[in-house]
Amino acid sequence: MTSTRRIGMTVNGERYEADVEPRTTLVDFLRGTLGLTGTHVGCEHGVCGACTVLWNGKAVRSCIMLAVQADGAELKTVEGLARGATLHPIQQAFLEKRGLQCGFCTPGLMLSIDELLARTSAPTDTEITDTIGGHLCRCTGYQAIVEAVHLAIEKLRTK
Amino acid sequence: MKPPIFDYATPASVAEAIALLARYEGEAKLLSGGQSLVPLLNMRLARPAVLVDLARIAALDWVRVADGVVAIGAMTRQRTVELAPEVQERHPLLHAGLQLIAHPQNRNQGTIGGSLAHADPAAELPALAVALDASFEAAGPEGTRTVAAADFFLTYLTTALAATEILTSVRFPMLPARTGWAIQEVARRHGDFALAGVVAVVGLALSGAISRARVVLYGVGATPVRAAAAERLLEGHVADAALLASASAQAAADLEEPLTDVHASADYRRDLARVLVGRALAEAMTRAHAA
Ligand code: FES
Ligand code: FES
Repeated sequence: MTSTRRIGMTVNGERYEADVEPRTTLVDFLRGTLGLTGTHVGCEHGVCGACTVLWNGKAVRSCIMLAVQADGAELKTVEGLARGATLHPIQQAFLEKRGLQCGFCTPGLMLSIDELLARTSAPTDTEITDTIGGHLCRCTGYQAIVEAVHLAIEKLRTK
Repeated sequence: MKPPIFDYATPASVAEAIALLARYEGEAKLLSGGQSLVPLLNMRLARPAVLVDLARIAALDWVRVADGVVAIGAMTRQRTVELAPEVQERHPLLHAGLQLIAHPQNRNQGTIGGSLAHADPAAELPALAVALDASFEAAGPEGTRTVAAADFFLTYLTTALAATEILTSVRFPMLPARTGWAIQEVARRHGDFALAGVVAVVGLALSGAISRARVVLYGVGATPVRAAAAERLLEGHVADAALLASASAQAAADLEEPLTDVHASADYRRDLARVLVGRALAEAMTRAHAA
């Protein structure tokens, strides 16, 4: 016997309402119910960072957050970065610096970096590595991601 | 990797939450930041009938830095405390310890009270609480009571909280003058639970001798482990390399069998504890001389 609960939230500026089972994780809600499949899901226990989204401006693991916990929240996913056909400076920087190969880790990483650069326009090297440290990337060896962050800082400064 | 079915309640007050705990008689589980609980649900290692989410209780979300104490509401996010400038400035040990908890993405969601009440013996906050003589406030059907950190952690994932009690706040005393501190740990990967870790606090008398020593290990027992004999070796003496070496050897020797698991053997953890205590004491001494 399953009871559902009505929840509402804003995702990338758009308002959504839905009935969910309390046990639905936020990532399954975003992907399955809202069809926003840009947010990836890997380990499903909070370790890899693939599912990272912004929850009221803060980077969180959406695989270990329940959709009901996000009731009333403002969320941002990778779909909320680009403006139409124009890539977000973070996305453009990843592209130019080859900050991705398979791209599985990329949406989550970019949201964490988005949070970091919203908090400070000149993060220290430690802040950058701490932010990236919350994400597993099996392809790039991370150096290209660090370079992409530095380029994104440049782009945001001169924007 | 999907949670089992459960009901979900969002009480607006502590009293309401306590009433829910009483009503479900041990079948309810409190949800705070969920950074430990939701993985356990995903793996179906936890199967509560109902989750009581404390996140809508605004009265549990606050930080106050005053009167020699950093007091924190249980539902305050770890990252909020970590980024608070007055905590950084006036309680650098607490600040440093918070930075070792998992990753920023977990600390954005994870709460101070959640980590303490979960009582994972490899977690930083319980060890910090014991090292700092923190005190906890718990609310239950009979009212509120205060529990000292020394009496709070009973064994693995088990605290002195009754089934109908809720941890509402914690008070971390600040360190006095002429006192140095260090927190050191080794983990397989940055952000993982520590194989072993230690919090060290040393206070110096005007003579330069150690007037007060606190050494608390984590990841090597069923609770945070206070190295009482090592502390006694240190107190009353002027620290030199030989004293720090014997204190760290004592701390390691006194450990009851540390855990053996896929990450490390008991022997490895014991030796790691010895090395870390030595490093932490040296670092704390340097800070004490500068403080
Ligand atoms: S899928 Fe969420 S952290 Fe790995
Ligand atoms: S680009 Fe493949 S995992 Fe990061």
